[in-house]
Amino acid sequence: MAVTQTNFTIPDFSISPKIDQIGVEERAKRFTARSIKTTSKLSGLKLVLNMIDLTTLEGKDTNGKVKQLCYKAQHLHNNYPDLPTVAAVCVYPSMVKVAKNALGNSGVKVAAVATAFPSGQAPKEVKITDTKFAVDNGADEIDMVISRGKFLQGEYNFVFDEIATIKEACGNARLKVILETGELVTYDNVRKASDIAMYAGADFIKTSTGKIQPAATMPVTLVMLEAIRDFYYKTGKMIAMKPAGGISKSKAALHYLVMLQETLGSAWMSNHWFRFGASSLANDVLMQLEKERTGVYQSANYFSID
Amino acid sequence: MNRLQVLKTYKIYIGGQFPRTESGRYYTPLNKTGKPLANICLSSRKDFREAVIAARNAFGGWSSRAAFNRGQILYRIAEMLEGRKEQFINELKQQGSSHNQAESEVNTAIDRLIYFAGWCDKFQQFSSSVNPVASSHFNFSTPEPTGVVSIIAPQSSSLLGLVSVIAPIIAGGNTCIVLASEQKPLCGITFAEVINSSDVPSGVVNILTGKPSELVKYFADHMDVNAMVYCENDKDTQKLIQDKAALNLKRVLLYNDINWNNSEAENPYLILDAQEIKTTWHPIENIGGAKAGY
Repeated sequence: MAVTQTNFTIPDFSISPKIDQIGVEERAKRFTARSIKTTSKLSGLKLVLNMIDLTTLEGKDTNGKVKQLCYKAQHLHNNYPDLPTVAAVCVYPSMVKVAKNALGNSGVKVAAVATAFPSGQAPKEVKITDTKFAVDNGADEIDMVISRGKFLQGEYNFVFDEIATIKEACGNARLKVILETGELVTYDNVRKASDIAMYAGADFIKTSTGKIQPAATMPVTLVMLEAIRDFYYKTGKMIAMKPAGGISKSKAALHYLVMLQETLGSAWMSNHWFRFGASSLANDVLMQLEKERTGVYQSANYFSID
Repeated sequence: MNRLQVLKTYKIYIGGQFPRTESGRYYTPLNKTGKPLANICLSSRKDFREAVIAARNAFGGWSSRAAFNRGQILYRIAEMLEGRKEQFINELKQQGSSHNQAESEVNTAIDRLIYFAGWCDKFQQFSSSVNPVASSHFNFSTPEPTGVVSIIAPQSSSLLGLVSVIAPIIAGGNTCIVLASEQKPLCGITFAEVINSSDVPSGVVNILTGKPSELVKYFADHMDVNAMVYCENDKDTQKLIQDKAALNLKRVLLYNDINWNNSEAENPYLILDAQEIKTTWHPIENIGGAKAGY
């Protein structure tokens, strides 16, 4: 387990390690060639289910939609005995109270996207208010976005300070920092942004908002996992990871677990240290689990939509 | 100078692509004289699963096309088949037919496509009805395609049987996965090339090769398949299909009594077999003075 140590020196982020693009893409491809069958597949799928942040982040979200999602979070597929629940439900701050009430003491956490999600283009005061509002309403986790514009201009101190400020506003809530890798252009930038976020106090680093393509990809996630590993070696502090957006098939999710296991090891193989931000992944995993249980290929018609 | 002939690789047809089987397995059917025909893909249940996904994705678009347009496309398949007649005759001869038999089989297959092309926008009229009801509703029933259909094509014929089971299914707006004849698979794959060049959207027809004994279970029990066609007179397999199909109440269409060579294989009821009848109650005012039921 992690050694608590807070008095580390903050490095010069302009000299974050450079990433070998070909190497990282080749390495990420290797993880997709592992054969995972029968019992290991079954426990893998259940772990995936337990790591999902069931997400609804739309302008058209209503109380009803959020309640429906919270119900699904607790009753994924009642035909299947002893299924785990998902890890959390991820909503806008205005929906936190609704979600919190709907989830009760089920153990499913409420995550809220704050800081003017998804663009992050708002004054600092607004971002702090947004975060505090979500926390006061009972959010267990805060998903913040970094200011990509400032980052690309090279204003790393601004990004660093902003994350640290939001971390302070979070209180006891865990902070996920969304890098929006689809807008960072290069792997070098992803690595740099990961380092900044972790040193500034992130509990999680997260790939994407889900609003920008490309969202989570395996190479980008690998770059971030390696940043987490290096950070752990330097400081003894474990940071969690959340790829989000674009992971909709259980096979792909299993590939991510392989990558996690082979990069960070089994200490990270729980929903405290790894999450999937996804909305349609849960149903695909459920269909695979039912296939394993009944021996029959499944149809989406027999699974709840949300 | 002798030229080394370029032989065709027979592959399967899924979602508008010609992949090899994911299993990497092959079998070599023999003709009447014991000569190997070709190396043929021995499809696995995963190939079938992929084909069902392709067929399901294609269903929305195909079923919502204008019926007239579906007719045009079926007619187009017939045109393409006509243009490649010689190739099919050759393949049929390799698989043991005489020249005359082969020519007649190809001609009948083309005519059968034309026959069902014509029915595409007509079977609805004779199978729909306006129903007399006691309340003030306009009440009518119309056929709608059932969805994805899995088909094990007749084993006895290479081309005609295959065409005869595909045509009514797609004419009605369904999409399908077809397993070609195990011992006479050549025309099945060549027919896939015809389909592929006939404006048929990818995924509407998917053609696999392999052993019915291996695949029939999956054809019958896949939850995302809405109907299944089986043409052999094998009681045990029929029972297995009925049994597995009950899981999601698939329609089971057993065509073991049909002689594909003659006109009994040409009737619109073959289209209706894979249709669901939808009845609509449309509220209206009482039609003044009309004392009839509607």
